[in-house]
Amino acid sequence: MKPAAFEYHRPENLTEATEMLASLSDAKILAGGQSLGPMLNFRYLMPENLIDLNRVPELQGIAHTEGVIRIGAMTRQYQLERDEILHKKLPIFREALRWVGHYATRNRGTIGGSLSHLDPAAELPGLCALLDAELVIRKKGSESRTVSIHDWPVGFMQPNISEDELLTEIVIRPWSVPHGFSFLEMSRRHGDFAIAGVACLVSVDSQLKIQKAAVSLIGVANGATRLRGAEAALVGSAVTENLIETAGQEIDQLEAPADAHHSGAFRKRTAKTLFFRAVHNAYQDAVARRTA
Amino acid sequence: MTTLHSVEMTINGKTYRVNIEARTTLADFIRHSCGLTGTHVGCEHGVCGACTLQVDGRAVRSCTMYAVQADGASVTTVEGLAREDGELHPVQQAFSDCNGLQCGFCTPGMQMTIASYLEENPNPSEADIRELISGNICRCTGYQGIVRAALLAAEKMREAR
Repeated sequence: MKPAAFEYHRPENLTEATEMLASLSDAKILAGGQSLGPMLNFRYLMPENLIDLNRVPELQGIAHTEGVIRIGAMTRQYQLERDEILHKKLPIFREALRWVGHYATRNRGTIGGSLSHLDPAAELPGLCALLDAELVIRKKGSESRTVSIHDWPVGFMQPNISEDELLTEIVIRPWSVPHGFSFLEMSRRHGDFAIAGVACLVSVDSQLKIQKAAVSLIGVANGATRLRGAEAALVGSAVTENLIETAGQEIDQLEAPADAHHSGAFRKRTAKTLFFRAVHNAYQDAVARRTA
Repeated sequence: MTTLHSVEMTINGKTYRVNIEARTTLADFIRHSCGLTGTHVGCEHGVCGACTLQVDGRAVRSCTMYAVQADGASVTTVEGLAREDGELHPVQQAFSDCNGLQCGFCTPGMQMTIASYLEENPNPSEADIRELISGNICRCTGYQGIVRAALLAAEKMREAR
């Protein structure tokens, strides 16, 4: 329960960080340490080198410009929770962050760390999938590249990044205001890994029909999953119970692995219930904001 | 032999300077190198919350942070919660008044979490407190006394403002 010995490196800026990544062998990046820390303590991982990004100023903070939000990869979860402009533009963030670990882990945990760890039950990859986020990746001596969140996972908990690369920034284009939102999750204890969770955004037109819908599912399949079929089924209609039930049938088609506590079938059943409630809530919210 | 790092930090107002391995967790540093055993180590993987303390005013788990990362930081442990004249912090007093502890193992982590949170949210609901301490495991009390203590402490702290 104590980590094996490692060499510790603490870059002071982004250039130093990418140089270390290029030159050090068997190196792991230390972000907030809320997933990596336990893995090192358990000695699931025993890297030779640890590169601590906690004092790289370029990776910190949230920048709001017209129509674009740029979030530094080392921005901590509590900072996302407290950011008032982010809350105004995308209120789903604060709601979803309540479910990310616990109060004390959000004080350390970062958005980039969560995206790189890529746990299938994690809320932030689910939110980024919901919002079609783009991820900026850098490495020593070359131009940055941008990856869509939808191309980010290349396997179970495997991000589309090579050993000398670093996730530096998350770019989000927020939905126009007003829109309705809902984030619902079920877990054994608040803050534990989700059995299932659903994030939903909806905007409505002047006839209160759904104009645009996005639904993202966490904890069920091998990673965050956008329900494209359900979204298409919802657009163009006013919401009825029947419509949501029909749209939610897409969840039946998913492959949901079992774990020690919950079968795949149970996860899917939970997800369908949450889907129903989330779409209903998000639609009501959209209508209320539109007519306010 | 792995590299030793010279680490300097302030803990409860006192400066400590020690050479340590990078793999030393902040919890072990505080307990073994500084002799402050009020911080308890339960699960050592960030789940139980017993080792929670404050780094630069924010509650964190000291088992998933390395001491070398706190170089230059100001740390508060449960030993630094009461006033220097011995008067208990309102959270500690409320734990005593409401039977918020039995064996006491989770207590330092609970108190550091609650004390930190009440600075941010002086007027929490019972639901807020239950959500807050979902990150700290207690196997004795059934949590009722802890929730009452947190709400009483919040009330006392508001009155004192």
